[in-house]
Amino acid sequence: MGNYYQKEIECASREEIRRIQNEKFLKQFKHAWENVPYYRKKVEDSGVSFDDIKSIDDICKLPFLSKDDLRDAYPYGLLGTDLKNCVRIQSTSGTTGKRVVAFYTKDDVDLWEDCCARAIVAAGGTNEDVCQVCYGYGLFTGGPGLHGGSHKVGCLTLPMSSGNTDRQLQFMTDLNATILCCTPSYAAYLAESIEERGLRDKIKLKAGIFGAEAWSEEMRADIEKRLGIKAYDIYGLTEISGPGVSFGCSEQKGMHINEDHFYAEIINPKTGEVLPMGSEGELVFTSLDKEAFPLIRYRTKDICELSDEKCSCGRSFVRMAKPRGRSDDMLIIKGVNVFPSQIETVLIEQGYPANYQIIVDRVNHTDTIDVNVEMSNDNFSDNLGKINEMEKSLVSALKAMLGIHANVHLVAPRTIERSEGKAVRVIDKRKI
Amino acid sequence: MIRNQLSVFIENRNGQLCEITGILADKGINLEALNIAETVDYGVLRLIVSDEDSAIAALKENDYVISVNPVNMVKVPNVPGGLFSVLKKITAANIGIEYMYSIFGELNGSAQMIMRVADPDLLEKVVSQ
Ligand SMILES: [Zn+2]
Repeated sequence: MGNYYQKEIECASREEIRRIQNEKFLKQFKHAWENVPYYRKKVEDSGVSFDDIKSIDDICKLPFLSKDDLRDAYPYGLLGTDLKNCVRIQSTSGTTGKRVVAFYTKDDVDLWEDCCARAIVAAGGTNEDVCQVCYGYGLFTGGPGLHGGSHKVGCLTLPMSSGNTDRQLQFMTDLNATILCCTPSYAAYLAESIEERGLRDKIKLKAGIFGAEAWSEEMRADIEKRLGIKAYDIYGLTEISGPGVSFGCSEQKGMHINEDHFYAEIINPKTGEVLPMGSEGELVFTSLDKEAFPLIRYRTKDICELSDEKCSCGRSFVRMAKPRGRSDDMLIIKGVNVFPSQIETVLIEQGYPANYQIIVDRVNHTDTIDVNVEMSNDNFSDNLGKINEMEKSLVSALKAMLGIHANVHLVAPRTIERSEGKAVRVIDKRKI
Repeated sequence: MIRNQLSVFIENRNGQLCEITGILADKGINLEALNIAETVDYGVLRLIVSDEDSAIAALKENDYVISVNPVNMVKVPNVPGGLFSVLKKITAANIGIEYMYSIFGELNGSAQMIMRVADPDLLEKVVSQ
């Protein structure tokens, strides 16, 4: 059994959760229909009328929203309330094009911070803890979200923001931080810096809440060992609120979705068809009680699966697996979904530069995948045996991550071509 | 004698070795020893050169991955059983050799070998006994 911030709802029966979701969804749909002309037009254009939506079961009739809609409607087009009721914006930068801006009323911030508080309590946080937040503060939701959650729990909050490792370590040791909130890669970097400076005995951390980027189970085990903590996942996206849309529990088997605030669906990214529980597909979220920025059926582009199996932590919220990648980048190799981001995660963990090329081909009716990786100064040795061993460990780490064998080729630095800014990562030679 | 050895990551493709020796020739750097260890896709080119610093600078400028390690330059009598007599000492001292190769030319009737070990100072002591 675990620790809960809002036990009544976190451990409610599935029937109760469904009842709450149904009630809130109808209200949220009415709210968007009446107050967001952009959304109403989108629904009407798809041939659906207000009366077609009688319960949450009818949600599958509604059109999807995507990042493109948020860009088209920038900045106020999806606003569901008067600006005078809004107290905050957060923003996310896309890799291309305009930024996306999300608005929050006081209540929106409140429910978002509740979600983060649930994550902190699930990681063992109480008002006796010292919570060091080294996610960026500002337009990025990471810092503000965990900061607000930490206040709600009553932790002593260290609003460090990102970077400045010396200062991070000074406060961590001087003020006995017990909970660390940051990206997994920064956690790994901090662990390394702690070892280098011989500070391991001065660290009082017990838990870490890590998110905002992809990371593997190997990396989790490594961070846990080196920092002597338990590492918890947190997931979220600015469009829907921020971190805390879902969070990991002591079982470390997926992240519980805060279903009293967000309704999740898994769809086939090509057809938009809703897939049954347990299938892998694109994650779609509907906000259930947001005032300023209600989003119904927002496509996250994250590929994962849901599980409604009862979790031994006692929570009844459905769990989502850590997203395996983005639907835009998905490759199907030997029938298995493979994402360049997974390969990139493995390379970074193994100390290679994130400059790589994936070549997919079909030889004798069988798919093959070859990964060209640039040799780095860190991984090079005058001893061929050592290079061989590293190459083998890279091959097995890729196998563990992807579930299929990939051929690895070590190539000289700067031989993988870079086009303007973005490298050509994937070459698919298959003729299908 | 302990010397610095330059190791360079090379891909097994035509012209690679020519390119590297060209870079060194341009800088007037002389090669004293050379060895290649290879697999199907890539190899490690090991060099002892007359001017390490300018060799390192020139290779880095051309984006080569390099590692620099101390190695032992060990004199071996150029007679039958010469290498055996040296290796006997090293083995008796319980020193493991990661790899070794011979150097160009000979010095006062002696051949020379390059040996890579974990503790070059210890090896130096052992072979000079
Ligand atoms: Zn759980």
